[in-house]
Amino acid sequence: MATALVYLVTWLLLIFSLVKDKQKTITAIKKAWKSFENILPQILSIMVIIGILLALLTPATISQLIGNRSGWIGMIIASTIGSIALIPGFVAFPLAAALLEHGAGYMQIAVFISTLMMVGIITIPLEINYFGKKATILRNSMAFAFSYIVAVIIGVFLK
Amino acid sequence: MKKTAKRYRIFILLAVINLVILIVAAPIGLKSLQITFNNTIDMLTVIPPIFILLGLLDVWVEREVVIKLMGNNSGFIGAGLAFLLGSVAAAPLYAAFPIAGILLKKGCKFSNIIIFIGAWSTTKIPLLLFETTSMGWQFASIRFIADIFGIAAIAYLTEKILKDKEKASIYHNATLMNIT
Repeated sequence: MATALVYLVTWLLLIFSLVKDKQKTITAIKKAWKSFENILPQILSIMVIIGILLALLTPATISQLIGNRSGWIGMIIASTIGSIALIPGFVAFPLAAALLEHGAGYMQIAVFISTLMMVGIITIPLEINYFGKKATILRNSMAFAFSYIVAVIIGVFLK
Repeated sequence: MKKTAKRYRIFILLAVINLVILIVAAPIGLKSLQITFNNTIDMLTVIPPIFILLGLLDVWVEREVVIKLMGNNSGFIGAGLAFLLGSVAAAPLYAAFPIAGILLKKGCKFSNIIIFIGAWSTTKIPLLLFETTSMGWQFASIRFIADIFGIAAIAYLTEKILKDKEKASIYHNATLMNIT
């Protein structure tokens, strides 16, 4: 749904741009291709890494690691997996819901989801390309720490 | 040709590793190939319009406009705009970095870029709806409210900790990256 909307908007803007200025539009498309090709090697690498990781870390394995074990060790495991893994949200939430059903704690799940979304160890090289080392490491480590704060807040409210 | 091979060397290495896994442990190798294939197809459906939009943005939107709306003196409006821009996104985080690159090039304030990245990574509206249905509204809303503060704090701190010289080199780097 969201993707269809993005396509619609893009086509409309592209046609509008073409009507207004053909040359500029061609430049825009060239730039689009150039910046896409620029990050393609890294994105393809990320795809293969995710493939291998997810093939090894099945939902069953993940559930075993953070499922019934609670406390800080479970949180550390959950946040480590969350920081490394790149699971799309529409897979992660049902997975998280399933883990909760199988006895995982809210805090472990919260730290897993937050790190999953905000911290990206695999995408760090890509991020460094744009933001440099220091800013990238700062953002990721603060996001990591923040994920624990969120988990504690959720732990306080939901028991 | 040689240059291309060099840029893709990590990908080639990983592909070889995957092939080795396929030979040694066929089920795992097959599964990982399948996941990689599916993710790549997903990527190829989601990403092209984003880059077209990027190109259009680069060509049509003047630097002055971005500076005015999201630059150093844009204040609360700039931050809010960055948050909205990130939240309406529907693509994975890796697609956010090139957009951040263009915004840098156009003179967007650094903390606003970090807000944009933060919003893109965690408060995406389509995902929020999904989170609510699978995790319950309490979980989703507590996380959403905490995230707003967290994103702002991370952006503020990153901006403060980075020295002017370091920021200048990031901006300089951005102007070099997308030149055709």
